[in-house]
Amino acid sequence: MLGFITRRTLLAIPVLIGIVIVVFLLLRAIPGDPCTAMLGERATEEACERFNEANGLNEPIYVQLGIYMKNVFTFNLGESIRFSRPVSQMLIERLPVTIELATSALILAVGIGVPLGILAARKHNTIVDSATMAGANVGVSMPVFWLGLMLAYLFAVVLNGTIFELPPSGRLSAGLTPEPFYEVWGWTIPESGFWSGFLEFLGNFVIFNAFITFNWEVFWDAIRHIILPAVALATIPLAIIARITRSSLLEVMNKDYIRTARAKGAREGRVTTKHALRNAMLPVITIIGLQLGALLGGAVLTETVFNLAGVGRALFDAITGRDYPVVQGLTVIIAVGYVLVNLVVDLSYGYLDPRIRVK
Amino acid sequence: MISRSKALEALEAQSQELDLTEKPLSQWRLTMRRFRGRTSGMIGLGIVVFLILVAVFAPVIAPYDPNEVLIGKEEGIKPREKPCIHILGCPEDKPQHIMGTDGNVRDEFSRVIFGSRVSLTLGFFTVTIALLVGSFLGAVAGYVGGWLDNVIMRIMDVILGFPSLLLAIAIVAVLGPGLQNALIAIAIVTIPAYARVMRAQVLAIKETDYVSASIALGASARQILLRRVVPNALTPLVVLATLGVATAILEAAGLSFLGLGAQPPTPEWGSMLASERNNLFTSPHLVFFPGLAIMITVLGFNLMGDGLRDALDPTLNR
Repeated sequence: MLGFITRRTLLAIPVLIGIVIVVFLLLRAIPGDPCTAMLGERATEEACERFNEANGLNEPIYVQLGIYMKNVFTFNLGESIRFSRPVSQMLIERLPVTIELATSALILAVGIGVPLGILAARKHNTIVDSATMAGANVGVSMPVFWLGLMLAYLFAVVLNGTIFELPPSGRLSAGLTPEPFYEVWGWTIPESGFWSGFLEFLGNFVIFNAFITFNWEVFWDAIRHIILPAVALATIPLAIIARITRSSLLEVMNKDYIRTARAKGAREGRVTTKHALRNAMLPVITIIGLQLGALLGGAVLTETVFNLAGVGRALFDAITGRDYPVVQGLTVIIAVGYVLVNLVVDLSYGYLDPRIRVK
Repeated sequence: MISRSKALEALEAQSQELDLTEKPLSQWRLTMRRFRGRTSGMIGLGIVVFLILVAVFAPVIAPYDPNEVLIGKEEGIKPREKPCIHILGCPEDKPQHIMGTDGNVRDEFSRVIFGSRVSLTLGFFTVTIALLVGSFLGAVAGYVGGWLDNVIMRIMDVILGFPSLLLAIAIVAVLGPGLQNALIAIAIVTIPAYARVMRAQVLAIKETDYVSASIALGASARQILLRRVVPNALTPLVVLATLGVATAILEAAGLSFLGLGAQPPTPEWGSMLASERNNLFTSPHLVFFPGLAIMITVLGFNLMGDGLRDALDPTLNR
């Protein structure tokens, strides 16, 4: 097992390096020189010279790449042009929004998608099966942003005044301010440095923060705000997960060991859960890992629709505002995160299916 | 070898198992026969054919020019007018606008109709580029092997390492917003899928007897690739391409929604929806109809692709 983990982890390294190189080259591919790209159109020649010197831009390109990689791997992601703030500070503020959104969506997608898939497989070739799969087909074809807007209209306008009314945008209602847990608990935190950043990062998970500080008003308000974006974002992964669960379960149900289980008199429910499901879950877990990419991409759209200040939205704003250090930093972080999550999925796959480890 | 590659690996394995000793033509016929037996696939085909007809005959179907501003041309017309359909009780003296008018007082229905042209063209072109480049790279990697194979496939791994929409956004950021650049960006992020499937096909076909026979008869590498390998490798690529049109249309609509794809006044569904999203609460129809059009189009290609895939592999229990 250790050998397998090492091998897989080592395999991820070239991909990570490749990603950093691609992002570096993308920035260099922007027409015009990096100085005006980084400092803006109105940068003076003198400022440019200082900038070039400071960032090693007078060096040959491979030295520049080396400097850039060193910066990335030491979390020195540069500074936003528009806001004159470090990109890492933006990550501390915005990453929790996206993680909270993506996690909620993933919980919905798995929590509903897997049971739906099992239901469809158990009722194979019945109306339940056809209806579920028709629904899944529509779900896969749904433009996230359209669904989001339609949900906002339905729950904020049509159902306005009923108990189903839900807020169409934002993270919390106006007037509610969450108090970070470290302030509630009276912790003294350092002025700057890794730990203060990390605590601030944790404190920006509104739902988590409200939960551990027992601030139920903020907690429920945050939950109410996240329902619509999470549902919109979850739809496509949910449909895909339901489909894969169904087809994988159907395939396993034809295996000899299922017949054996039935022959020895195990009940149908037990056959499904104990014998079939465990084996059928492998492709499902893989697909869940793959869907994370779709979730991150969809987060850009969902955050735009629901006015959430997450990394997806920040990335988009940075692109339209030509804030290249932010584009570069956020793209690298998101892509690296995506690769790492998939590495974990790969490793869990090896854990669940011993045959994979040997390959 | 991580990330999205898993799904592709499954497809590769599946394509390797295909019986490649049959004549290509008979396999196609068999597939088509099986395809006809699948309701959902036929529904998908129906939708796609319908959309192509709509796109081709758009000027005939659409009552107005999609970019014609109707203010001053029709009496009492206002921006963002609610749909008015005569047979559904809208007074006869009002001009008929099936989907209402948009913020610039243009006929929404005509714009949605013409939007099919933009989306279908974009979907087909993106997939064609990705298919050609991807299968060329895959064929070379699989056939030549060695370091070239390694270099090509590692680059593909890196592209797959990014969440696809994000990479597409980043590429458009470099190239500049616009329909053509969105098309290129989406093509680039989908190339690895085709390369991987093609490579797996080539690796499998390379070992068959008829390729050995061709080599023994003195055929050149180019002849073998173009005459023997490629024709036999096409079937799984066709499935991938059909599903790819759906993804491309969806991602292009997403890029346009963010303002990175089609630019106004092009009647593109994603950008039509984006320009009216701030008026959602007062005129939901201007968001509803373009989105519905996107969904139906994507659904059509998805159903057709699924049907084709099932037809290619009848053992699958879907």
